[in-house]
Amino acid sequence: MPFTPPSVDDVLAGLADRFGTLDTSVYRGQTRVVVPADMSFDALAWLKERGFDLLVDVTCVDYLEYPDAKHRYGLVYLLASTATNQRLTVRVFVDDPDPAVKSAVPLWAGANWLEREVWDLFGIRFTGHPDLRRLVMPEEFTAHPLRKDYPLQGRGERHNFPVITRDHS
Amino acid sequence: MAMMPSGSGGRIELPENVVVSRLDALANWCRKNSLWPMPFATACCGIELMATGASKHDLARFGAEVFRFSPRQCDLMIVAGRVVMKMLPVLQRIWQQMHEPKWCISMGACASTGGVFDTYAVVQGIDRFIPVDMYVPGCPPRPEQLIQAIIDLQDKIQREGTITGREFDTAGRQLRKRALVELAGPATIDASRNPVLQRELAAAAEAITSRS
Repeated sequence: MPFTPPSVDDVLAGLADRFGTLDTSVYRGQTRVVVPADMSFDALAWLKERGFDLLVDVTCVDYLEYPDAKHRYGLVYLLASTATNQRLTVRVFVDDPDPAVKSAVPLWAGANWLEREVWDLFGIRFTGHPDLRRLVMPEEFTAHPLRKDYPLQGRGERHNFPVITRDHS
Repeated sequence: MAMMPSGSGGRIELPENVVVSRLDALANWCRKNSLWPMPFATACCGIELMATGASKHDLARFGAEVFRFSPRQCDLMIVAGRVVMKMLPVLQRIWQQMHEPKWCISMGACASTGGVFDTYAVVQGIDRFIPVDMYVPGCPPRPEQLIQAIIDLQDKIQREGTITGREFDTAGRQLRKRALVELAGPATIDASRNPVLQRELAAAAEAITSRS
């Protein structure tokens, strides 16, 4: 008898048995499940054991002034199963002050730079991350520029450099 | 030596194969025809920069085809593309590593003004932080435009260059200019239609009165 992988619905039902009722939805064939922040690591570990073995991406959305939004930041974990080619989006919502979740680096080493990027641009702290430094902005940068309350032109960082004239060089 | 004083009137007669010129002009002629560009290419302008150096547009016709990736071997920095704030210290360091005399071309809208990238991460014109000799408009500019900028830069070198590099002494030049204004005296210059000159004259007059 050929192997029939469990459907995404079966996996979600198992997830609900383990972690309680979760908000799930389907949009254009893509399944999304919202996991509370304090359970996010355990849920991701559980999903990894059930076949979602590939972490495609970790990113974030700032819902400041978004209509009907209940939380400030929404983390996005894109999971995929390399065996069955199924995909699952895990959402984790966190809030000010000190938005933080447990790091997924112990599960996927590839989460290292993804979480550093989210930390750099949104200021979400990943507890237990082995090396939570900025990824794309310069080290001396202090803000988290993809937050909606950060001005597009910045706060003068782009002009904060010494001027080299012909007399200096 | 071929130059021998002739017998009559202290005049010097030159043989036919001798040309008299200034040493500055000779140095400028040498410098302008062997510019070695440093390609600081960060974006799509860099593609046009490569096209400029390639066979179709053939920058070698103007003696500037020897691109070198070490700043210590270059005397013309071509900044092609946007410069982000993380890159600017690198740009300044490379500029300072280049030997004098050196020149800089700001190629394209982004290098000159930041272009459409008016964001926290993009420097709004490299001339805020390093000296620039030529600006090339365009997004990106055609190779012909970059060649025109190099030709114009060659003209500038031939016109203004000096063998000791006095033309780069901008601070000293400003001082001399101010001294000339003081010598000429405010009354002899018609500044009625030039507000910048009016301010300079006022500053010079104030400097003179405060000294006496």
